[in-house]
Amino acid sequence: MVKLTAKSAAHGLLPLTIGTVQVTEVADLTLTAIAPYKGKAAQAAQALTSAHGLDWPQPKRATGNGPHAIWFGHQHILLTGAQPDPGLAKSCAVTDQTDAWVVVDVAGQGARDVLSRLTPADMRDGAFALLDTARTEIQHMQGAITRMDPDRYRVMVFRSMARTLVHDLQTAMESVASLSA
Amino acid sequence: MRVDGKGLIDRDTCLNFTFDGQAFSGLKGDTLASALLANDVRLVGRSFKYHRPRGIMTAGSEEPNALMTIRRGDTKNPNTRATVQALYDGLVADSQNAWPSLKFDVMELNDLAAPFLSAGFYYKTFMWPKAFWEKLYEPIIRRAAGLGALAPSYDGDRYEKAFAHCDLLIIGAGPAGLMAAVTAGRAGVDVILADESPRMGGRCLDETVEIGGMPSYEWAAETLSDLEGMANVRLMPNTTVTGAYDQGDFGALTNNAHHLADCPAGMPMETFWRIASKRAILCGGALERQIAFPSNDRPGVMTASAVRSYLNRYGVSPGRKVTVFCNNDDAHRTAQDLADAGVAVAALIDTRDDAVVDQADFPVFTGGRVTATSGRLGLKDITVEHAGGKRVINTDCLAVSGGWNPSVHLTCHMNGRPTWDPTLASFVPTPGAVPGLTVAGSAAGHMSTAACLASGQAEALAALKDIGAKGAAIDLPSADDAPYAITPFWDVGGTGRAWLDFQNDVTTKDVRQAAKENYRSVEHMKRYTTQGMATDQGKNSNVAALAILADATGRGIPETGTTTFRPPYVPVAIAALGAGGHGSGFAPQRFTTSHAATDERKAPMIEAGLWYRPSYFPEKGERTWRESCDREVNMVRSTVGVCDVSTLGKIDIKGPDAGAFLDFVYTNMFSTLKVGKVRYGLMLREDGHVLDDGTTARIAEDHFVMTTTTAAAGQVMVHLDFVQQCLRPELDVSFVSTTEHWAQFAVAGPKSRDVLNAVLQSPISDETLPYMGWCDVAIGGVAGRLFRISFSGEHAYEIAVPARFGDSLFRVLVDQAKAHGGGAYGMEALNVLRIEKGFITHAEIHGRTTAFDIGMQRMLSPKKDDFIGKAAAARPGLMDDDREQLVGLKPAGAVKQIMPGAHIFEPGKDPVRVNDQGYVTSVCYSPTVESVLALAFLKDGRTRHGDTVMAVDHMRGVTTECIVCDPVFFDPQGGRLRG
Repeated sequence: MVKLTAKSAAHGLLPLTIGTVQVTEVADLTLTAIAPYKGKAAQAAQALTSAHGLDWPQPKRATGNGPHAIWFGHQHILLTGAQPDPGLAKSCAVTDQTDAWVVVDVAGQGARDVLSRLTPADMRDGAFALLDTARTEIQHMQGAITRMDPDRYRVMVFRSMARTLVHDLQTAMESVASLSA
Repeated sequence: MRVDGKGLIDRDTCLNFTFDGQAFSGLKGDTLASALLANDVRLVGRSFKYHRPRGIMTAGSEEPNALMTIRRGDTKNPNTRATVQALYDGLVADSQNAWPSLKFDVMELNDLAAPFLSAGFYYKTFMWPKAFWEKLYEPIIRRAAGLGALAPSYDGDRYEKAFAHCDLLIIGAGPAGLMAAVTAGRAGVDVILADESPRMGGRCLDETVEIGGMPSYEWAAETLSDLEGMANVRLMPNTTVTGAYDQGDFGALTNNAHHLADCPAGMPMETFWRIASKRAILCGGALERQIAFPSNDRPGVMTASAVRSYLNRYGVSPGRKVTVFCNNDDAHRTAQDLADAGVAVAALIDTRDDAVVDQADFPVFTGGRVTATSGRLGLKDITVEHAGGKRVINTDCLAVSGGWNPSVHLTCHMNGRPTWDPTLASFVPTPGAVPGLTVAGSAAGHMSTAACLASGQAEALAALKDIGAKGAAIDLPSADDAPYAITPFWDVGGTGRAWLDFQNDVTTKDVRQAAKENYRSVEHMKRYTTQGMATDQGKNSNVAALAILADATGRGIPETGTTTFRPPYVPVAIAALGAGGHGSGFAPQRFTTSHAATDERKAPMIEAGLWYRPSYFPEKGERTWRESCDREVNMVRSTVGVCDVSTLGKIDIKGPDAGAFLDFVYTNMFSTLKVGKVRYGLMLREDGHVLDDGTTARIAEDHFVMTTTTAAAGQVMVHLDFVQQCLRPELDVSFVSTTEHWAQFAVAGPKSRDVLNAVLQSPISDETLPYMGWCDVAIGGVAGRLFRISFSGEHAYEIAVPARFGDSLFRVLVDQAKAHGGGAYGMEALNVLRIEKGFITHAEIHGRTTAFDIGMQRMLSPKKDDFIGKAAAARPGLMDDDREQLVGLKPAGAVKQIMPGAHIFEPGKDPVRVNDQGYVTSVCYSPTVESVLALAFLKDGRTRHGDTVMAVDHMRGVTTECIVCDPVFFDPQGGRLRG
């Protein structure tokens, strides 16, 4: 029988450490787009809570600790790190996006300085708290950034752009490392 | 010369540098300008037009004269102002705009011709003959009148862009800026304090005044150390705020590495910031202006405040015997500081009759005028006229002050105009000119140190209140509060040339002549004379020039007004503005999952939008792309080929109203499509023209998967969002792009099913998967989808698996295809296969064609009440027989090549616009038909099959006689794709 082997989106590109900042791929993270049908937002939120123990995230917020529910745009969230409960499909459009995004964590002292080279999003503590999220520009790409820890940011762009993302992060990391040396 | 006991420099660290090849040394803390002056180098450049000798005039970023090229070879950096170039060991500086040498410049001959080269000379002289301007005059003028030259090769230096955010941006770290920063910092808001100098403090570092009972530079250092301890305050030295933009956004440029002998790996030379602020305070200080007098442009003539800067900050006197010429009290300090430091002061000349100078141990001339100067390469003597007569004074440096111009520039970046303040004889910022930006310190016209400190605090408190933060006034340190006494004085007059714009060689005579020739508007005068168009953008000359213009036109200064100040405030390298965008940084690169496997097969890539797709897969012995392409086409027609089609857009559409939604966006019917089936669909724009085409499969009753073309994937997604949110919000439908989640491969050719059945866990047949059907499949335990669709006209499939398996599946499929006599094929073969079948791409549906034009008018379903584009597509103009319609073309004469883009004419007619009958959109050589084939749009084309036409490519000079035919060249019945 034919056997297919899986390759992660940033295969061969990561991890990367420059100065005090590390970029690692978060591979094998199940991603599911969830969008409630008309008039079913409350039902959807209830289903998410009862199946996954997650609050439905407000715009620009993520919820959870382990699996996360991340606001992902207009009437649309992303469930990460859990297989979606089949019951969600009663109230929501549920679509597998696991392979659609490259997911990396940018972490360490100076991670925010690295990202400030790439995104116009305001990521000061007061403006971008833990589990705040932004759909934003990352250099020339459209992506998403979520603050997972004080010094760890989860960055997502389209899978096909993984190489560009790593290149752009690397350039910014080299700059930050050299300027803070 | 260096002055003992003065300056904030490190006298123990000696730095070596060269200027025009000659070795010098300076001290740590010097700028290139201060080091040159310490070495008594006064001649540093040549002016733009007359190549007059030029010396250092200022000590800041406004410097018009001391422009130099730093470094040599590929990394040289032209037009650097020596006044802002920090000295480093090994610095190499060269002068510009002089040949063969700075001291003997042949082009100085221009100066002898000056009477003929006055304002408007170019416009009057080079009018005729017309063609000569571009070919002869302009190149000559450009060679003669130049600045530094760029390095001839690619700039390998790194630059970057970055973003910063704050509650309060404070621009300038002099007394006002520091006071504002401390006030805001203590209130706990996020503060950015930006200053163009590497060492913050502004004029605290240049003056001998006291603040809070200590020397001003010590107060600045203490205050900065306070600010460094505040986590909410970000100090950005070496950073010039270059522009004020909408919504509290500012541009700023940080110099990271121009002051380093070697730029560390990875370090950008400059960072261009976009700073988003809630409020901003401009504390940019003021710039001292000159007084126009005959021959006032000799090296050694400087601003009075620059002389103090060099003395007090750098421990350098720009001359051994200095004279001060002024119209205000402030400049008296220059004479006093010099005298206190033991430098000889030849005289203090004040234009005011009533000027009072206390305790002067140097000659003072009140009511005096400097009426002449001498010294070819540097000032030697000046002639002074005053009530007591006329005398010649021997002096090598003349420190001039015509008063101060507040730095209003940023407040004018959103088209605001400054306001004339007669007591200051200056323009001051107009409040509210830039929303959210206020002005403090001497930039606002507060000329004493005490007033600067007070206004810094007051503006900070006001800004804090504005953003809802609580600020508290702190005790202001004691400081000098002498009034600023000035009597306007612009021009000594007389017969000699008196310079206003030192870099562009604009004199008072030029301005008066412009006025005489009726260039009375200040904007016209500027463009006619080129005043203010040099790299200093008129910082040194604007106000004086318009004062002269006001005088010449008999208007007041406020009526005359200023020219428009635009960003950037200082020159910004294009490399910084375009940072991150050179080479492959221009746009993201999108790679398919089969990229590595494709690379291994040495397939050249072509760019399709942002995607990289294989052009063809060369085999041993193939020398041209055509050989590979022909083989791949034959391979698909005879056995089987595999091609990555993941780049096509895929949109997952779910919901009870999904079918109704599709009926509305497609011209044809989708709600009737059976589950398990696929249908080709055509999508129009609201104007009735074709937007895109593709296939859509019904996965379940309430679930469809739409495919779009690669080119229009994003456009279609935007279109669907618009339709859902604005046109049909009542429909219960949800969709999301899954383009990136699936890796999808076309398997095409008579043996395609054999290849798939070797791979799939359960085999397929015509019964289980007929043409235009789809089914779930499994490959080695991986769930996927298999669609029986064809873009080649062959029995073909597209198989999709989650992208992480794409690389693996591509390799498996290609291996299996090879085992069946086939292999991989690229975009060239894909294009030939579809042209042979007359299938359209965006070469045909390019935005100006309708369903009628491409022969698909029957797909405009009459059964549906409405769909997007229905009404517009039915307009008579879009259904006329006379429209250009899709046809096929084949060569019929001696010339066998049809050129894409060629226009079509009737035989015997002139190939000119009025005879145009259509154009060629796609061309290929078909190994199947053994002919060149073309798709084209031809007027009334569907009735002209069999006609002869001429395809004329005017650009490449190729004319081809063609026969018109049906656009489907191969297997018109479609028997092959049904298998």
